[in-house]
Amino acid sequence: MKYFLTHMFQRKSSMGDRRFGLDQGLFILSLVILIVTVLFPILMIVIRTFFKGTQLDWRLFTQVVLAPENLSAIINTVRIAFMVTVFGTLLGLFYAWLIGRSDIPLKGVMKALFTIPYMFPPFFGAMAWSLMLAPRSGYVNKLFMQITGGTSPLLNINTIGGIVFVETCYYFPFVFLQVVSALERMDPTLEESARIAGAGQWYVIRKITLPLVLPAIAAGAMLILISSLSHFGVPAILGFSNNIFTLPTKIYQLINRSAGSFQGIREGASLSILLVVVVVAALYLQRLVLKTGHYDIIKGKSMRPMLIKLRGAKIPMLSISLVSLFVIVVVPLFMIFIVGFLKAYGLPLKLENLTMRNYQYILGQSKMVQDSIVNSLFLSVSSGIITMFLGVMIAYVVIKVKPKGKGFLEILSLLPYSIPGIVLAIGVILVWSGAFGVNLYNTIWIILIAYIARYVSFAMKSASASLEQVHYSLEEAARSCGATHLESLRDITLPLIRPGMVAGFFLIFLPAMRELTTSVLLYGPFTRTLGVAIYAINSEGNTVQASALATVAIGIIVAGNLALRFITKERKGL
Amino acid sequence: MSQITLKNVTKEFMTRGGHRVVAVDNFNLTIKEGECFSFLGPSGCGKTTTLRMIAGFEDLSEGEIWLGDKPVSIKSKNLYVPPEERGLGMVFQSFAVWPHLNVFENVAFPLRVMKLPKHEIRERVLSALSHTDLLSSERVYPSDLSGGQQQRIALARSIVTNPRVMLLDEPLSNLDPKLRESMRFEIKALQKKFNFTIIFVTHDQSEAMALSDRMLVMDLGKIVQVGAPDELYQNPTNKFVYGFLGLSNFLKVEAVKGNVFPKGGADMPIPFKLPVGVADGDGLLASRPNEIDISMDAEGGYPAKIEKRLYMTFCIEYHIKIGKQSIRIHTSHANVFPEGSDCFIHFKNPRWYAKESQEIELERTERQVL
Repeated sequence: MKYFLTHMFQRKSSMGDRRFGLDQGLFILSLVILIVTVLFPILMIVIRTFFKGTQLDWRLFTQVVLAPENLSAIINTVRIAFMVTVFGTLLGLFYAWLIGRSDIPLKGVMKALFTIPYMFPPFFGAMAWSLMLAPRSGYVNKLFMQITGGTSPLLNINTIGGIVFVETCYYFPFVFLQVVSALERMDPTLEESARIAGAGQWYVIRKITLPLVLPAIAAGAMLILISSLSHFGVPAILGFSNNIFTLPTKIYQLINRSAGSFQGIREGASLSILLVVVVVAALYLQRLVLKTGHYDIIKGKSMRPMLIKLRGAKIPMLSISLVSLFVIVVVPLFMIFIVGFLKAYGLPLKLENLTMRNYQYILGQSKMVQDSIVNSLFLSVSSGIITMFLGVMIAYVVIKVKPKGKGFLEILSLLPYSIPGIVLAIGVILVWSGAFGVNLYNTIWIILIAYIARYVSFAMKSASASLEQVHYSLEEAARSCGATHLESLRDITLPLIRPGMVAGFFLIFLPAMRELTTSVLLYGPFTRTLGVAIYAINSEGNTVQASALATVAIGIIVAGNLALRFITKERKGL
Repeated sequence: MSQITLKNVTKEFMTRGGHRVVAVDNFNLTIKEGECFSFLGPSGCGKTTTLRMIAGFEDLSEGEIWLGDKPVSIKSKNLYVPPEERGLGMVFQSFAVWPHLNVFENVAFPLRVMKLPKHEIRERVLSALSHTDLLSSERVYPSDLSGGQQQRIALARSIVTNPRVMLLDEPLSNLDPKLRESMRFEIKALQKKFNFTIIFVTHDQSEAMALSDRMLVMDLGKIVQVGAPDELYQNPTNKFVYGFLGLSNFLKVEAVKGNVFPKGGADMPIPFKLPVGVADGDGLLASRPNEIDISMDAEGGYPAKIEKRLYMTFCIEYHIKIGKQSIRIHTSHANVFPEGSDCFIHFKNPRWYAKESQEIELERTERQVL
């Protein structure tokens, strides 16, 4: 790294034609921040895994990887992710086609419903389905056993199948949204010219539409694959009780069991590397798939595509869609909501069993819960603001300044995107618990640093999108009117991307508010986050209180989303 | 048997505001076999909608469409033949070549749909490619080709099935001007070779005139005038057609007892005989800039004043004041007169038109944004 920096300075000075200006300053600053927050943690994981002191040492790694329980975790992880990807893609494609190309009614309602799984963390879904389908205590299973008089449950959610089901419910929108947007942007004459050439509807779908949206399908499917590979919440809630482990939950267990001992963290780091290898393999696969199709399907007049008439299938299709959406989206939220008012978990869902006591306890008495809400608000707001500005700075350097080394900067900023949250957490522990003289362990700052590293990719992507809309000439026009570089940035560029920045803030604030995976490894006695608090209360068996707190979180998330929607709607006017 | 007949064809749309718009209003037309027929009109006039109804992409609200002696859309009988069974060729403004298929596969697509034997596909594709000058790009993907070449792919793809009718939806408007001109000749040459009927949709009057045997001018969903290009140019039926078919001046005039005076206070009548049947009152005197003589000679001329002179490549353009109104004159480079000087003009072929109501103009702009 040192080499890189000096090298860069030399190049600038050898050019000799420019002073050390604002642009260079921003470049260096971006680079330093990214190296410290993103690169160091990742490097530390590699170093701690493969080096004992200064000695290269493979033994720990091979030992951890070859441990039978870890091997089974690898197999579970890949199996689950594969199934979630297949089912999620099929489900997403089906709905995308229905909404993008058929004449099914109520498209607006369905589209709105589809964005709901996006808003909530999948582990809420795991909790909700557990409330219904836990083998003995789940309400649906109990009802089933009552009716049949048997002792075997209808379905057991604490299985690999259960984990796959819940993750699919929450991840299929990745494919759905990608494909729907591709279908909407696609020039309708591409399909029309095939019809004119003599091809029927299904032939056109197979030979023209599908191949053209394949890049979108692949992108969405890979998002599902990567998300599922690194996912912690659902397997943690559904798998632990049945001894089903995935790599992220195994890493968590290793670290938790060793109570933060150095050996435990090293073992966790080794397993992390394995997880990263799996994810990188998936990313490589994605590039292979996407390489074949990179083309522009967005052109032509905006004309309505010909919608395929469902005719007799219209009502059945609509019913299937609405019922499945109801089950996937509405039922879990309702379960969490209602159980939050129950006197005790397991009581029949009747009016006389409802109470406000859970809310009184969590909001009025539990110091832990109050702390967690304050912590999460603080972390989400501060990481949202800091990361958003960081993203703008990096995007500005990459898009407008274009220094030598911008590729490196871009890779660094997008790296966290592919690093599972749990791995990032371990890296952050390794860097910030005294290894470099700074010990932030058990403080809120270590979580803040992890959030910044985790969400910088989001911020960078959203800022890039708005900056690319600002044409060079706008800033140049300001310069030609006599504004300095700083003034043109402050008075022209920043105001123009302000709406994008506000939206970018919410894109960080919202996931940070419900974050679990990273915080669960980093929290200290007084630094629990909302996600951690819900998770902890739930694993202690206080289901009703966990549900009540989850309802509070849902309220905060919905409010945030409404704010975001309001702001993006106002965007045109800004 | 490739004559195209439209009977009472009407298409209504509902806008998002719940507003009903008649995009195509009671269209009656027969296009003859082997003819090159253009639909000309401003955007929003319904020409593309008409073409899409012929292609089968839009259903009719009323009326019938026949291809030869075969009905393809009859609203009253609920008869509708989908586009793929109409056996037409079509070329789109956006080219609509498929980016995931190379040139050969793009052109082969219609034949693959027909499940022809491989060797025949190859033979016919290569022949189509040679006619469109694309033989050397057989294995290339469209994204690596220029706009003109992409449009050639679309042309090759549409002729490969040897259709009897070719629908061209502004096929040249995404090309640069030079290319546009040469592509006109290519399309004409292909038509001569394969002898298909062309329906050509465009908003470019010189394109329509250069290509068509007959053309129609559309305005606000209605046919305004049908005829050969020279008929239409020589004899525009109203102000709109006159203005749409070429550069034009419309001098506001008033007829008093058969004499025509320019509005704005000149007391000398313009030497022009009111057409038979036109009563006194307000009207427009239409003229083309190149059909007005300008001289310093008083003889037979109407007094005016040179306001501005623009030296251009193909002519000199004068802006001439008649009272308070201004008109343009194009004249040869030999006639150089100083700005500000008095002059005399002579309308060689002026025409009288009734004024258009403001509502019509408003409706035209509204339809353009829809």
